[in-house]
Amino acid sequence: MKIRVLLVDDEKDFVEALGERLEVRGFEVMKAFCGAEALALLKEQEADVIVLDMLMPGKDGLQTLREIKEIRPLAEIILLTGHGTPGKGVDSIQTGAFNYMTKPANLKDLLENILKAYKCKSEHEERIRRANILRVELSLGDPDIG
Amino acid sequence: MSLANNSKDKTRRASRVERLKLWELPEHGASPERYKILRRNIFILMIFVTTVPLVIMAAINYHEYQAGLKQEILNPLRATVSRTTHSFDLFLAQRLSAVSFVASAYGYDDLVNEQTLGRVFRVMREEFGEFVDLGVISAQGIQLAYVGPYDVKGRDYSKQNWYHQAQIKGTYISDVFLGYRKFPHIAFAVQRWNRQGKTWILRATIDTRRLNTFVSSMELDRASDAFLLNKEGVLQTPSKFYGKTLEKFPLQLPPTTYQANVIEIGNGHGDLAFLAYTYFADYPYILAVVKQRAEVMKSWYSMKSNLITVFVVSVIVIFLVVFGLTDQLVKRIEECDEKREAAFRQMEHNHKLSSIGRLAAGVAHEINNPMAIINEKAGLMKDLIEYADEFPQKERFLTITDSILNAVNRCGAITHRLLGFARRMDVNIEILDVGDIVKETLTFLEKEALYHNIELQLEFSVGLPGVAADRGQLQQVFLNLLNNAFAAVQDGGAISISTRARGPQTVAVAIRDNGCGMSEDTLEHIFEPFFSTKGARGTGLGLPITYGIVKKLGGEIEVESKQGEGTTFTVLLPVKVPDGSNFSY
Repeated sequence: MKIRVLLVDDEKDFVEALGERLEVRGFEVMKAFCGAEALALLKEQEADVIVLDMLMPGKDGLQTLREIKEIRPLAEIILLTGHGTPGKGVDSIQTGAFNYMTKPANLKDLLENILKAYKCKSEHEERIRRANILRVELSLGDPDIG
Repeated sequence: MSLANNSKDKTRRASRVERLKLWELPEHGASPERYKILRRNIFILMIFVTTVPLVIMAAINYHEYQAGLKQEILNPLRATVSRTTHSFDLFLAQRLSAVSFVASAYGYDDLVNEQTLGRVFRVMREEFGEFVDLGVISAQGIQLAYVGPYDVKGRDYSKQNWYHQAQIKGTYISDVFLGYRKFPHIAFAVQRWNRQGKTWILRATIDTRRLNTFVSSMELDRASDAFLLNKEGVLQTPSKFYGKTLEKFPLQLPPTTYQANVIEIGNGHGDLAFLAYTYFADYPYILAVVKQRAEVMKSWYSMKSNLITVFVVSVIVIFLVVFGLTDQLVKRIEECDEKREAAFRQMEHNHKLSSIGRLAAGVAHEINNPMAIINEKAGLMKDLIEYADEFPQKERFLTITDSILNAVNRCGAITHRLLGFARRMDVNIEILDVGDIVKETLTFLEKEALYHNIELQLEFSVGLPGVAADRGQLQQVFLNLLNNAFAAVQDGGAISISTRARGPQTVAVAIRDNGCGMSEDTLEHIFEPFFSTKGARGTGLGLPITYGIVKKLGGEIEVESKQGEGTTFTVLLPVKVPDGSNFSY
């Protein structure tokens, strides 16, 4: 199964080009050009990793991040920022981002981050899956609990 | 009309400016000129307001004292003259009345008899002493009887002036004349009628040496001269300075007055003298006292010289004090202005740096987005070329896209540094020993120092208080400054680093090199971003970043540089954490 990546940036050219490069490398790419569009998209479809621009018209990166976490708590988010301030990066990680990167980002670094994020998410899902299995097994073994 | 008005207005304004010039501190123009003008204005004003009243007071005093002293000296003189005149008057009146009494008491018939005349004469000599002779003269002017030392009996006086005067007035007192014995005499003549109704004259002469005793009784000082004159200006008594008896008085006679009067005259020797005098009301004499002005005014001159000394000394003191005071005052103003200007420049500089910082951050951010697009597009291009099986000049295109990507990376590095210059950093403030930090920083540069044969001298004071700072930031500060020092010195140069306390609250780290130094023009710009002397090798961000960090830590950077001699950067860091330490712009 392909890794589903959602790219959110108001720079259309950037999204298109990066999207194509990721598709070439075997990712399934979704695109949105503002925070609201991304949220609308996420209500219908699921994404594994979301690459989110920090500074966008309308909802900014941090706001979008918070709302995404509400509807898709498991999706990992990498924040991209043109403003190389680690302060914002720290804020974003505290808000729940997986990592932050500065623009222009090296594709190699970005891919690494996406893969790490996906791995993290997968492990997370795996843990949830195992927990669920455990819960089902326990409930089966001890009918009183159900 | 309006034109005329306008020009009038202008001249009025110009004259106003001219008038107020002393009050105004010139705001513009070359600074030293300005303080010179200020100094001059204050000096002139202060001298003016202090010396003018002084001069006026001195002038008033001068005249008052002069007038007062003059009166004080001249009044007694006037009184003496008046008193002596009365004595003279009395003396002459007594003699005249004695002669008159004799003429009336004895009558013509008795006195023509020389025996009786002789007896009367002896009595008069006994009583008065000064009588020299006594004679009776007939209506025809013939001497009928005579007692005295001369043989003048039978002499005819009818042609003489005194005889006619006596005939007309009834009495006569002559001027002083020299008798046959060669000493001065005065003649008294009294006219009477005998029983036959004929006139006759009793005439007596007295020795005037007696008069000299009156002069001596005036108790004058040695420089004064008292004498008697007749109305023709002939001396009747000897004068000390103006001749003997019967010589002509060399000066002009004073105007007629019967009150004692004092006038100033030339003393005949080129100086001024006071002449105190009075005319006798009943006799043809003038009593005169000449007093040399220099003598009279002696006390005035000493007074005057005292006055002038006090005046000159106080004016000198005023000048010195005013000059000193003005100098001090203007110096203080100059210093204050300099300080104010320096503070202003500092403020302006800080303001400039922080706005440049904000601008740099904005620019970097705006550039990063298009850079990201270029990055992705070029990356995509590279992907397409790589994945295509057949692509003409594949290698060449790959090189091109690679170089585009490299350029983008370089751009990214620059914008990140730019942002770093302005960014709000999360700092971890610790208490650090500056010496340790310098040593840590030097580990980065030791190889380079060895390679370029640069001598490093370290002078660390022991027991310095720790400074409150972020380790990384402080390292960056020293690294930047040391980098500059390394760039400034040539192979074989020397760099010294010293740490010492400056005051209880500050630690100073001085980095001194003996390199090329900087011109004043360069010094003015070193803390501005993108100003670099290193050409393509420098970003022009090292010192601005350093400056920003030090400022954020509450410190200061001082620079001293002389072209060709080297540069010293001194970083001053506060020992305590600065108040309100939110390390942000």
